Amino acid sequence: MIQFSLWDIVRNLALAARWTIALSLAAFVLGSTLGLAILFARTSRPLWLRRAASAHIELFQGTPLLMQLFLSFFGLSLFGIETSAWSAAVVALTLWTSAFLAEIWRGCVEGIPKEQWDASASLAMSYLQQMRHVMLPQALRIAIPPTVGFAVQVIKGTALASIIGFVELSKASTMITNASFNPFTVYGMAALIYFALCLPLSTFSRYLERRLRVTHRH
Amino acid sequence: MTYQLDFGGLLQYTDVLAKGVRLTVTLITVGGASGVAVGVFGAWARGFSRMPWLAALVGVYVELIRNTPFLVQLLFIFFGLPSTGIHLSSLNAALLAIVLNLGAYATEIIRAGIEAVPRSQIEAAASLGMSRFQIFVHVVLQPALQKIWPALTSQLVIMMFGSAVCSQIAAEELTFAASFIQSRSFRAFEVYFVATGIYLALALLLRQGLRLLGRAVIFRRAS
Repeated sequence: MIQFSLWDIVRNLALAARWTIALSLAAFVLGSTLGLAILFARTSRPLWLRRAASAHIELFQGTPLLMQLFLSFFGLSLFGIETSAWSAAVVALTLWTSAFLAEIWRGCVEGIPKEQWDASASLAMSYLQQMRHVMLPQALRIAIPPTVGFAVQVIKGTALASIIGFVELSKASTMITNASFNPFTVYGMAALIYFALCLPLSTFSRYLERRLRVTHRH
Repeated sequence: MTYQLDFGGLLQYTDVLAKGVRLTVTLITVGGASGVAVGVFGAWARGFSRMPWLAALVGVYVELIRNTPFLVQLLFIFFGLPSTGIHLSSLNAALLAIVLNLGAYATEIIRAGIEAVPRSQIEAAASLGMSRFQIFVHVVLQPALQKIWPALTSQLVIMMFGSAVCSQIAAEELTFAASFIQSRSFRAFEVYFVATGIYLALALLLRQGLRLLGRAVIFRRAS
């Protein structure tokens, strides 16, 4: 039997953590791009577009991420698309992330006084110009703290990708546990690695939020 | 050859799904109520107790839980704890994980509510000779819960979605039932589609139920 030293466990977990980071980055970058598109749809004028955007948000916020992962893992192949665990995880996490970010950002856009829509419309700005030059620059400021905070949720969400067989930190923990028979240490270490990834982000998010509140008061 | 969707084949498994739904509902009601209780205690300790060491301890607990995935907490409790001599059945491990996880989030949510209670009310109560504990129970708690009831509701719904993960330690809830049926019938897409629909319905029911509960208990006026 191979003996696993503590260093072996930590090293292998750290190697697997790269995939957690890669998956988080992919989901966050793609999810925020799609989320931005959904935000535009959600705040646009045509009723059907707004309805479609809120249906997307309701659907992905209203069902478990695990189910979304299963459906994308087993469902995409029904349409003849070759799916690996990686691509299924990216698709599901992207859709899930986009729904939450779109809703967070909508709150930020709606936090801007309504008169600014009227004022910019009276300058004959189109909807896209209003968003680009009036709304988004202001919304961005208040959007950053909750967006950074949500990044923590994305990192934690990637743990579920282990269930459809994608080898990231959680899956690696299970595999190492099965080989080393030391679940206490392995899962404890995995938790610490997640903690080390997430704590800086959540602390940063809280710091930004506090700073924003202070500047708002003046 | 194209894949033919077949939902009819699932009918024979209705009772398996029903059993799964029952356990998911049990997990979220029992775990939810206990988790909120932990949250009230944590919020009291962190935001009201004047015991710095207890506040710090709860702070560490909250940060540890909120910055690690629920799945890892669950696996740690179910597979890791037995080596310290604590053996839990999959159902108890799932419940413990839910209570601990929800407790941390509820602590933060309820604490925000406590901080929103005007200081003057607390001072007024103190001037009537009420003890700190009496002030917390009779003056602070209800308005605090009223302010954060929607946020707490959302957190409970999120927790219910999180409970899907408990299938991983063989707690036989809805997702476990779905995976079981999938392994029997090979109708993966259909089964998970139906399970997702059930979760959607359960989320609506949970929201509605908490709205009614809130109206009956939290938003009740003292007579």
